[in-house]
Amino acid sequence: MKVSELLSHGFEAVSLPDGDREIVGVYIGDLLSWVMGRAEMDNAWITIMTNVNVIAVASLADTSCVILAEGVELPEDIVQTAQEKGINVLSSNQPTYETAVQLAGLVS
Amino acid sequence: MSDALVFHFDVDGENFTSAGQASTQVKKNLRQLGLPPDIIRRVSIAMYEGEINMVIHANGGTADVSVTEEYVEIVLKDQGPGIPNVEQAMQEGFSTATDSIRSLGFGAGMGLPNMKRYTDSMEIDTVIGVGTTITMRVNL
Repeated sequence: MKVSELLSHGFEAVSLPDGDREIVGVYIGDLLSWVMGRAEMDNAWITIMTNVNVIAVASLADTSCVILAEGVELPEDIVQTAQEKGINVLSSNQPTYETAVQLAGLVS
Repeated sequence: MSDALVFHFDVDGENFTSAGQASTQVKKNLRQLGLPPDIIRRVSIAMYEGEINMVIHANGGTADVSVTEEYVEIVLKDQGPGIPNVEQAMQEGFSTATDSIRSLGFGAGMGLPNMKRYTDSMEIDTVIGVGTTITMRVNL
């Protein structure tokens, strides 16, 4: 499914410069090096980290989108960075587990 | 065979939040060269981990990336404290990063292991009190 299609399932767009990007699989993690070592290209990446390094990791690891769970908010200057770097960021008010369960029903 | 394309970067040791600028630029350059996405991803991640290490442990350094027809080579050089026990540093989970670094999501002890994981060869040349040079290659 496309990243933008998540908007009709309760996810909110924080930064959506590349909404047509296809999601393939999901990875969950907050330790950035762990994510870089284990996440796969085009994964949707669920995290609660909100510092600017998250945007760098999403870019370099080439994930399809970052999904901020638990209702955490990305500071405005980092939203700006995400848009400039072409990184999709969505948010969910659900806890991480429920977010993952919801994605499991949506993403192949 | 044509000469290697070489990119040089200074990695700023003071600015933790700008870490990744060099690897992001390399990613762009490699894309322009038309390299396969998987190769670009491996080079970018290995280089970013190295950049982060230089910022965390060595107050910055330099990164030189050369692209030939056979491989992409990344040479990271710093004048930091050196790595006392390379074998230990290569173990997943071993880290000497501070709590403030960990609060940013780093310091998981995966930096060097990830660099090895994503490259075809990696050499660490380190001297205590003098610095560390890491040479990594990803074959094309």
